[in-house]
Amino acid sequence: MGTDAGLEAQIGQWRGYIQRRQAITAADVDEMEDHLREQVADLAASGLDNEEAFLVAVKRIGSVDAISHEFAREHSDRLWKQLVLVSTAPDDAGERSWHELAVVLGLAVGAGVAVKAGLALIDDEMVLARNLGLLVFPFLAAYFAWKRRLTWRVGVMLLVPAAVLAIVLNVYPFVPDGSTLVLAAVHAPVVLWFLAGLAYVGGRWRSGNRRMDFVRFTGELAIYYTLLALGGSVLIGLTAGVLDLVGIDIEPFLEDWVLPFGAPGALVVAAWLVEAKQNVVENIAPVLTRVFTPITIVMLLGLLVALTSAGGFVDVDRDLLILMDAILVLVLALLLYSISARDVLAPPDLFDRLQLVLVGAALAVDAVMLSAMLARIAEFGFSPNKVAALGLNLLLLVHLAWAAWLTGGFLRGRRPFAALERWQTAYLPVYGAWAAAVVVVFPLVFGFA
Amino acid sequence: MHIDKDLVAASATPLVLGILADGESYGYAILKRVNELSGGRMQWTDGMLYPLLHRLERLGYIASSWGVSEVGRRRKHYGITQAGRDALAERREQWTVVADALKQVWQAAQQPPAVAEGWA
Repeated sequence: MGTDAGLEAQIGQWRGYIQRRQAITAADVDEMEDHLREQVADLAASGLDNEEAFLVAVKRIGSVDAISHEFAREHSDRLWKQLVLVSTAPDDAGERSWHELAVVLGLAVGAGVAVKAGLALIDDEMVLARNLGLLVFPFLAAYFAWKRRLTWRVGVMLLVPAAVLAIVLNVYPFVPDGSTLVLAAVHAPVVLWFLAGLAYVGGRWRSGNRRMDFVRFTGELAIYYTLLALGGSVLIGLTAGVLDLVGIDIEPFLEDWVLPFGAPGALVVAAWLVEAKQNVVENIAPVLTRVFTPITIVMLLGLLVALTSAGGFVDVDRDLLILMDAILVLVLALLLYSISARDVLAPPDLFDRLQLVLVGAALAVDAVMLSAMLARIAEFGFSPNKVAALGLNLLLLVHLAWAAWLTGGFLRGRRPFAALERWQTAYLPVYGAWAAAVVVVFPLVFGFA
Repeated sequence: MHIDKDLVAASATPLVLGILADGESYGYAILKRVNELSGGRMQWTDGMLYPLLHRLERLGYIASSWGVSEVGRRRKHYGITQAGRDALAERREQWTVVADALKQVWQAAQQPPAVAEGWA
């Protein structure tokens, strides 16, 4: 005779199996589980042992596909996952989500106030530009600090580098409009983003899984931020259009108030949305990689043909190098986001092969460019811009080349997919370190030029 | 005895409403009652009852509430509403018409055809 524990385990399995159906909610499963247990009890009372009773009861419940289909017909809305931002449940969860909304709105307004104050108090545009990240960062970090209940130790790990960054950006005797200054201003937000990542992972930066979570978060944040910006522009456009008809020009108001508050505030709100949706709504970045990987391969092959048939490069300057870096970053993002959504245990499929083709094509294009570029540099010497672009290019090259090698090994069944995933997360901090070096070391090396 | 699927589907709504008109009940008990009423000859696929209950609830014929069973499990109870009683009365009239018509057809089928001899 089956034991109670055995029966519980079987019912647990059955629950899990049913619950995977989108159209059937947890409450429906509760209802059917009650049914199943009554049926099992009745059958057991008539002489069946637990196991037999369970089998008969499950059989009588009927095909899960058919039931799920009926539920879906009845509740077609359930096939669309709904995001509940503020729980209406009259319990602690509801309380906490209202609290969170208040914190998010407070921090969003705070970020807006900081940027507005910066605009009002700092006259020099260049000074403002390089400090913009520093004005917004504390509010985003504060949200994660609150959300993850960060310890003081992690708080210090965040504050000290941010303070160092602020000092370097404002105390270094930069030559006005010099290229090291521009480079520092461009790379400072990258450093801050890695610090935000440290806050996001709650200080557990050594964990590869948490790093991957931050990668996912970054992709989703970019998409949500873009959507918020689009929605905001539509709203502003409609308002401006109507007000324009009655003779009111709101452009000064837009520039002075809406943008300084809207742009940084939307960042905090987007972070909150991505946090809230995490488990509810499918990530969109990996879906986009599926669409764009084949298209990008075509683009890269086109570039390769164009570059090789064009013969010598007449105007190979740093702009081309920066464009190449942008292409490699794009390829890297495509690789990273498809890896972030891939089942580690699944066998190689066609898409993995496509990815190898993608990385191979990117490396080929980059090799062509880089060889031309090195010749140029040998002829005309180094400049901060060229070194920064070249350095990033080399970092990306190493990242992609090793990823290609590991993908090849995975396709031939020599390596597990996990090795490829580990390589991605292990390599990420290198970019943060490089950005920090560009901000802190470059000005010293190139004499603040 | 196997009863045609369409017939089961057509009779399910009045059966459930009729059972609930006797008093509040829940899924498993409703099925047991159907079994008793048909002498075990009407076998429903148990799981299909629940989407049906949800549909009747959406139509406003029945109302549900979560309660607790004798052993302390969560259990969803259903009770009929006034709209449900009205719908049940209407269904009853429809079924009476169908049943009357069928009854006459069965009686006619038992008698030998009167005109058949003329053609023999």
